[in-house]
Amino acid sequence: MNPIFKHGPSPQHRLVLVLFCSVLLIFFDYKMASFESVRGYLQSLVSPLQYLANTPKQLMTWASTNLITRRQLMVENQQHRFNELGFNEEAMQLDILKQENERLRSLLASPLRREIKKMVAEVISVDSDPYSHQIVINRGAGDDVYEGQPALDALGIVGQILHVGQTSSRVILITDISHAIPVRVQRNGLRLLASGSGQIDRLIHNFVPQSADIKKGDLLVTSGLGGKYPEGYPVSIVSFVSNNESREFVQIFSTPVAQIDRLRYLLLLSEKEPLHIFSPKTRQKPSSTSVKAKVKASN
Amino acid sequence: MFAHNGVIILFTLLIALMASIMPMPLSADAFRPDWVLIVLIYWCMALPGRVNIITAWVMGFLLDVLLGSVLGVHAAAMAISIYIIVVNHQKIRNFSILQQALITGVLAALYHLVVFWLQRFLIDIIFLTSYLYPVVTTIILWPWVFYLLRKVRRNFSIK
Repeated sequence: MNPIFKHGPSPQHRLVLVLFCSVLLIFFDYKMASFESVRGYLQSLVSPLQYLANTPKQLMTWASTNLITRRQLMVENQQHRFNELGFNEEAMQLDILKQENERLRSLLASPLRREIKKMVAEVISVDSDPYSHQIVINRGAGDDVYEGQPALDALGIVGQILHVGQTSSRVILITDISHAIPVRVQRNGLRLLASGSGQIDRLIHNFVPQSADIKKGDLLVTSGLGGKYPEGYPVSIVSFVSNNESREFVQIFSTPVAQIDRLRYLLLLSEKEPLHIFSPKTRQKPSSTSVKAKVKASN
Repeated sequence: MFAHNGVIILFTLLIALMASIMPMPLSADAFRPDWVLIVLIYWCMALPGRVNIITAWVMGFLLDVLLGSVLGVHAAAMAISIYIIVVNHQKIRNFSILQQALITGVLAALYHLVVFWLQRFLIDIIFLTSYLYPVVTTIILWPWVFYLLRKVRRNFSIK
């Protein structure tokens, strides 16, 4: 039997208390960016929930991969054999080209390119929050994922790691409104900045002068400036260039090459020693600047 | 919290959390109803002594972590929406199911607008009408959730 007159604190008091907590959290999380490591732990804490929520999709995938006719498998197999032949031939060429490139670079006394390590990750959840473009992948600190690590799909750059948990981590996509990536036009090397617009099929390029040589259909690749993304990976294709001469800057939009709306497997590239919040303190942190701070600085 | 089968309340809330992050096709994703809000509204109306604003805030906080938004945004919006239910629960209990569905819709709209305003305050986002699509599905969903949860409550005699 519940007592009639005993209710604990009144709803008003409770509301004021939790709103105060919210304001504090928003302030410390957004303005001070002091919650980066806490978010890592929270991410590990909720990852079982994410794995659980992902099971129906996993079941469907399992069913669709297991329930397949023999004919389909044979056709696929043959297709793969043809592909392998082509790729092998290209790989042979690539080896020779690599050697030649290294020789030329050493002749020019420019630094040799380091081998980039790759890791495949699977998307386990996509955010339903319409204000941010983030996905969660099934790799975490246990697999040597680190903050700021670039992620790409089969076609181009997808984004970078935002928070690392123990068994899962969060990727911020290039189309997120708080993300920007340094790119260059592949045709002539013109440098641009591609900022996310919050729409999955559009990147915005600000501060491009009217005299810039850029036109619809140009491929934009990562420039390697900023040190986050390795050089030369495709990012987007220019989809719109305004020809309004009265403006100070040209208005340019581009469409990401990667299939942002149908991601399933991602490739994580790692150039440096993996460093993360779960590693021992003796190692040095690469850079303490957060993604948000970096984006602001580059804007 | 856990007396009189209170675990079931927690269980329904966890299922609601899972439903709100379950992967869905992009076209259906815009219409994803506010599962957590709708379940919280039911429990706050039925058992205001068990589920209160603090519970709502904690659920909103978990949603913040799961969705990757700035911590505290969804928590604040959820607490404000649930506050209205908690204060008026005796009135709303007596309304017909359709009126309750409308009130749920208004609360869902408030929830989305508070989230939008807070995010707008933090980052430059623009308002698209698609942000309010979930309100429609939430209204449609309310009667079903109401009858289901009432059955659950009576079946497990949660007090």
